[in-house]
Amino acid sequence: MKKVYSKILSIAGNVITVRAKDVAYEELAEVSTQQGKSLAQVIKLDNDLVFLQVFAGTRGVSTQDEVRFLGHPMQVVFSDNMLGRIFNGSGQPLDKGPQLTENLIEIKGPAVNPAKRIIPRNMVRTNIPMIDVFNSLVESQKLPIFSVSGEPYNELLARIALQAEVDMIILGGIGLKYDQYMFFRDTLEEGGALNRSIFFIHTASDPIVEGIVVPDLCLAVAEGFALKNKRVLVLLTDMANFCDALKEISITMEQVPSNRGYPGDLYSQLAARYEKAVDFEGAGSITTLSVTTMPGDDVTHPIPDNTGYITEGQFYLRGGRIEPFGSLSRLKQLVNKKTREDHRAIMDDMIQLYAQFREAREKRSMGFRMSQWDKKLLKYGAMFEEQMMDLSVNISLEEALDNGWRILSDCFLPEETGFRTELIRKFWPDK
Amino acid sequence: MVFTWPVKTPIKAYKEKIPPRETLVTRVRIIDTFFPIVKGGTYCIPGPFGSGKTVLQQIISRYAEIDIVVIAACGERAGEVVETLREFPNLIDPRTGKSLMERTIIICNTSSMPVAAREASVYTAATLAEYYRQMGLNVLLLADSTSRWAQAMREVSGRLEEIPGEEAYPAYLESHIASFYERAGKVRLMNGEEASLTIGGTVSPAGGNFEEPVTQATLKVVGVFHGLSRDRANARRFPSIDPLESWSKYSSFIPKDLIDLARDVLFKGNEVSQMMKVVGEEGTAIEDFIIYLKSELLDSIYLQQNAFDKVDAETPVQRQEYVFSKVVGILKARFPFKDKDKARAFFYSLRQLFIDWNYKSWDSSDFRDHEKIIDNFINQQSNDEKGI
Repeated sequence: MKKVYSKILSIAGNVITVRAKDVAYEELAEVSTQQGKSLAQVIKLDNDLVFLQVFAGTRGVSTQDEVRFLGHPMQVVFSDNMLGRIFNGSGQPLDKGPQLTENLIEIKGPAVNPAKRIIPRNMVRTNIPMIDVFNSLVESQKLPIFSVSGEPYNELLARIALQAEVDMIILGGIGLKYDQYMFFRDTLEEGGALNRSIFFIHTASDPIVEGIVVPDLCLAVAEGFALKNKRVLVLLTDMANFCDALKEISITMEQVPSNRGYPGDLYSQLAARYEKAVDFEGAGSITTLSVTTMPGDDVTHPIPDNTGYITEGQFYLRGGRIEPFGSLSRLKQLVNKKTREDHRAIMDDMIQLYAQFREAREKRSMGFRMSQWDKKLLKYGAMFEEQMMDLSVNISLEEALDNGWRILSDCFLPEETGFRTELIRKFWPDK
Repeated sequence: MVFTWPVKTPIKAYKEKIPPRETLVTRVRIIDTFFPIVKGGTYCIPGPFGSGKTVLQQIISRYAEIDIVVIAACGERAGEVVETLREFPNLIDPRTGKSLMERTIIICNTSSMPVAAREASVYTAATLAEYYRQMGLNVLLLADSTSRWAQAMREVSGRLEEIPGEEAYPAYLESHIASFYERAGKVRLMNGEEASLTIGGTVSPAGGNFEEPVTQATLKVVGVFHGLSRDRANARRFPSIDPLESWSKYSSFIPKDLIDLARDVLFKGNEVSQMMKVVGEEGTAIEDFIIYLKSELLDSIYLQQNAFDKVDAETPVQRQEYVFSKVVGILKARFPFKDKDKARAFFYSLRQLFIDWNYKSWDSSDFRDHEKIIDNFINQQSNDEKGI
C-alpha cells in the first residue's frame, strides 16, 4: 500500500516539495490535480524533504493536491508492437493506437563498458557523397549535424533515415515544431519506412521535462532492439533544445551556472546520452545521429562545443550543403580502408584542393589577376560543388569515387594533385 | 605483495630531481625535429575538437621509445579506449619483442562514467606511473584530456557550492594543474639509478580558444607546447601541430642551426603567403614566391605525416636526421627560376617525389633507388636553368 501525501510545502517553477519518507532519487510520483494527473520525478532529496519535477508543469497545482509515489524510476515499454508507433515524452501513445503496457524497462541505464566494446568496422552507406566519401557514417558512431536555424537539417535527417542501410529507426524529437513532426511522419510514411520506425515526439508546446526524457526513452528502446540483433539508427532533433531544457531546470534548482548559464555538468549529461552508441559483439548496434543548431552560428557556444568534444566527428550543414571541412572523424579511417584503396586518398586530396580553391576564390573576389593554377582551381571548385557537394546528388560510393577521379583529371595534371604514383597509375582516367 | 598509496600525494622516495635532457623519441617528425619532448619533461597538446589530439596521443603511445606508457582516458569517448584495448595486445613492441599491451596501462574513466572518479583518475595514473619510475624505468603518462579533469573539478566544486572563479572553475584550479605536472621529472633514485616520468596532457579548450583558464594554467607549467590548429586540420595537414605557434624549451637531436634555418623558411613563407593574399601572386617577387614554395614543400613532405601508413607513421631518428639534412639542402639551394608557373611545377613534382620517398622503408633498396631519382631530378633542373 503506497502512501498518499496531500501537503505540498512549496511550488517554485515546475518543482514542488513534499515531506516524505522512503523515497528514492529519480523515483516517479503521480500528482493529481483538478486538471488531471501528471507524472513527477524526484530530483533532489534533503533529509525527508523531497523535490519533485512535475512533468506537466505546476500551473494549476495547489498545495492540497495529492502526491503518490510509484516506487520505481521512469520506465518505457519495450516490445515489437512499438514499430510504426508514435509516443510522447512520457511514453504515452500520440497516435490513435492502443496503450502499450507490457514489458516495461528502465531508462537511463549505464553505457557499455569500454572493455566490452569492439572496434567499429561497418560503414553505413547513405548514397550522399559528402557523407559516404568524405565523412563515412560508421555503425556505432555518434555524430551531430551542426547547423543553423533555417537550414534544411530535418530534411537531411529524413533523407538519411530513408536511405541509410539500417534495420530500424528511432526518432526522438525534442522541442520539435508540430509541422516538422508531421513532415517526418509523412516523409517516412511515403518512403515506406514508417513500419520500421518508432517516434518519441516532444513538441515545443509540451512540458519541458518531457523533452529531457526523450533521448533516454529513445536510447533505452534502441538498446533493447540492438541486443535483439537489430542495427538501430537513433535520430535526435534538436539537441540544442535538450540543453536549453537542462539549463532551465538547473537554474530553477539554484545550481551554480558555469558557462552562459548552462549547468557545469552539461558535458556529463550529453555524454551520458551520446555514449550509448555502441556496436555489440555478436548482436546489433546503435548509431546516433543528432541535430544541434548552433545559436548564432557560433561553434564556440557551450552546446556545440561540448557536443563536439563528445561526438565522433560532425557534419556542418551550411547554405543547404554539407561542408567538407571541420568534420574530422577518426572512425571513418577504420572503415574506409576496406571500401576501395583510393577512398582515403580521394577524400584527403579533394579536400586539400578544395581548400586551395577557397583561397583562389577569395583572391578573385578581391580583384587579383588569376594565375594559370588559380584558374584550374576555380574550375575544380565549381565542379566539386556541383557534382559532389550538392545535396541532391544521390549516387553510390563507388560512383562517387569514380566521379572524383573524373573531376580531378578534367582539371589537373596528375603530378599537381599530390597522389601517390601507384594510385595515379591505377585510377587516373585515360584521355 | 600490495602497496597502497594516497593518489593525490606524490611519491618522493628518490635522492634528487635532476634536469631532463635526453630526447624522448616519438617518431613523429614535427615533434622530434622541431618541438622535442624529453624524458622527465612535460608537454601539452591543446586543440579544438576534430584537430586530431587523440590520434596524436595514440601515435605517441604506440611508437614512443619508452619503457612504460600509462594512459589516463579521462572523460573522453569510450571508443578511443577500445582501439587501444583491442589493438595493442596484437602489436609487437620492436624494442622488447613482446606485445605492446605489456608496457601499457589504461586508467579508464570515459565521459559517461562518474565525475568524482574522473577527478581522481589522473592522480591514480600519476601514482601508478611513479610506482614504475621507482623501479628505475622511464615512464610516459598521457592524460587525455586534462580539460575533462578540470571540468570534473568544476562539477564537484559546484556541487559543494564553493565560490566559483573564472568560468566557474574553482579558485584552486591553477595550483592543482601546476602540482599535477610537477609530478613529472627525471630523478636519481636511492640506489643511484636514473629514472624518469614524462607527463603529456591534451587540453580541450572551449571553442578552441586558448585564452581560457585550463590552457593558460597549463602553459605556465609545461616545457613543450604542441598547439593544434583548426585551419591545418581543415586543410587535412596532419599532424595539425601549428609550426608557427608551437614551442619547446628542450633541444632536439638535430643541430639547432638547421632547425632555425627551416623555421625561418616557414615564417617567411607564411609572411609571403599572407602578403600574396593582399597583393596577389603577380605582385609578389619571384624570390619571395620561391620561399613560399619552399615552405610549402617543407610542410607537405616533412611536417605532415600519414598516421595510417605503416612506414610513414613512424620515422626513426636516423631517418629523420638523414631526410632532414636533404630537405635543408633544398631549402638552402638557390633556384633561379624566371617564371612562377615553372617554379610551381618544379616544386610540385619534387613534392610528389618526396611523398613517394616517405612511403619507402628506411634503408631499403627502394629507398636508395628513389633517392637517386630525386637527386637526378634536382640536378636535371639546375642544368636546365643554367642552359637558359
